[in-house]
Amino acid sequence: MNLKPATLQQIEEVIPHYPVKRSAALPLLHLVQEDQGFISPEAIEWIAAKLELAPVNIYELVTFYPMFRQKPIGRRHIKVCRTLSCALMGSYQTCAQFEKQFNTYRGEVSPDGEVTIEFVECLASCGTAPVVMIDDELHEKVDSAKALELAVKIKAQAQGK
Amino acid sequence: MPEQRRIIFQHIDEPGYAPDLDCYRRHGGYATLAQAVRRKPEELIDEVKKSGLRGRGGAGFPCGVKFGLVDRKSGKPIYLVVNADESEPGTFKDRYIIHQDPHQLLEGIMITCFANNVKAAYIYIRGEFPLGAKILERAIAEARAANLAGPNVLGTGYSCEIYVHRGAGAYICGEETGLIESMEGKRPYPRIKPPYFPAVLGLYQCPTIVNNVETLCHVKHIAAIGGEAYSKIGTPNNTGTRIFCVSGHVRRPGYYEFEVGKITLGQLLNEVCGGPRPGRKFKAVIPGGSSAKVLRVGERYKGKRKVGTEMVDYDWGIEDIPMDFDSLAMIGSMGGSGGVIVMDDSVSMVEALGNINAFYAHESCGQCTPCREGSLWMKKITARMVHGAARAEDGALLKSVADQIAGRTICAFGEACAWPTQSFVLKFGDEFKAYAEDRKASPPDAPALV
Repeated sequence: MNLKPATLQQIEEVIPHYPVKRSAALPLLHLVQEDQGFISPEAIEWIAAKLELAPVNIYELVTFYPMFRQKPIGRRHIKVCRTLSCALMGSYQTCAQFEKQFNTYRGEVSPDGEVTIEFVECLASCGTAPVVMIDDELHEKVDSAKALELAVKIKAQAQGK
Repeated sequence: MPEQRRIIFQHIDEPGYAPDLDCYRRHGGYATLAQAVRRKPEELIDEVKKSGLRGRGGAGFPCGVKFGLVDRKSGKPIYLVVNADESEPGTFKDRYIIHQDPHQLLEGIMITCFANNVKAAYIYIRGEFPLGAKILERAIAEARAANLAGPNVLGTGYSCEIYVHRGAGAYICGEETGLIESMEGKRPYPRIKPPYFPAVLGLYQCPTIVNNVETLCHVKHIAAIGGEAYSKIGTPNNTGTRIFCVSGHVRRPGYYEFEVGKITLGQLLNEVCGGPRPGRKFKAVIPGGSSAKVLRVGERYKGKRKVGTEMVDYDWGIEDIPMDFDSLAMIGSMGGSGGVIVMDDSVSMVEALGNINAFYAHESCGQCTPCREGSLWMKKITARMVHGAARAEDGALLKSVADQIAGRTICAFGEACAWPTQSFVLKFGDEFKAYAEDRKASPPDAPALV
């Protein structure tokens, strides 16, 4: 495991927040995923050892919680909300627009490796539906037209690199 | 139009209001904590009891009673876990408190902790609020540096640490015992009550208080003005203010804070939210988060209710329902989390149910068979209907599956996933039948929901 020094420091800081080490499992999974991009089998064993647990204790979390992934994703992560309030305002079209723009399908990495699109459950911003999270940033009232604008922007940023 | 009474949301969206400590203090912040830590803890619990405050997370359980149930003789530490896992579809109030006014929440937490002799509080924030988690971390650091949290709070000798704990996208973590399991680093399978009442055997098998974000903010205001004064806000047994989150097909969706019971559903939707979209009519409303039973426009609710000491008859349409815990329970739904989802006549109710069923099938934790299997069957049946293979008996089949989930599971998720199906089929049975006879029964410009 090749974790960045800053990640290792955060890991050391977070473990003593809890009287029982196992409670740090979720925080460590978040930190490692942010560092590595996904949770590898090696990461599962490393976290388990760090918290004095069996690897299965970590593996069962990775397979349960929707936010943890065992494969790398695209450079940008687009999450479109699928749940009722957003769907009522057109999130199915929003998701379809992103899929069309990046020539990919929900749950998959686009062929150019640029984005992963996910159609996720409630993002808790129902009053400004449909909503989309791009990486850690929330975008509100993203109808199909605004999705197109965002897609163009993401493509331009990708080319700028 | 009924006036909003903004207590919790007083500063939300106020120009120039920042989430930092200085701004909060300039607006009188932490004065209540400074007074509270010089009072006796039991006095503060009494204030909350007197206030009549009911939990804002969903169940509406009296907050003072919850504090009263905490086992104080066990000799074990007492924990506070703040449920900031805002996940009930249609609910988006905690988001604004956390992002725009985090110190209000922290002050409520510190007062609650002091009142209950809690030495460690954890804010369990949903994974989809990464920025919110950072804002809270920063606010906690500021509060600690100013001696408002951490060791020896304001020189009183009382110490309490607050930590942020991020979830990872699982709705079931909003269930308090599931949340506790998750905090312990396990899969969030809810625990059986009894014996695992959090007040006795909660986090690490210690007495634990689990409260919603909005509820804890109310505690701060109760400590400020006193339980007696607070109990005069709102209506009897439904005290204080409540934040209603309105989404879906209204002209002005958003969050609105009113005294509980002082506004009807009709006023909220027609006056406050501007009514239906142009050329549309309201068709159905889910009044308390997606698990609350749906209300059909045009249906009547009749019965007797207590007003003061007298029993009086009521005969309401959906627009007449007072938005309080008891009235919504009386007419067979619930105030739940305050999330009001509105659907107009462009919507096919079969497809709306299909959307809801997909959510619950995705979120069932899988621990209890009726819920794990039933929620998936309900999703599959509604999906099949939407994809052109609806059958006349599907309504009855859906109801039969739902009836076999509710009441047969460890936690309330069983009811949460059964109620939408039961109520949609009961109230829109004609539409389910028509859908089976003619796929075009779905309105021509219906939004895609499945």
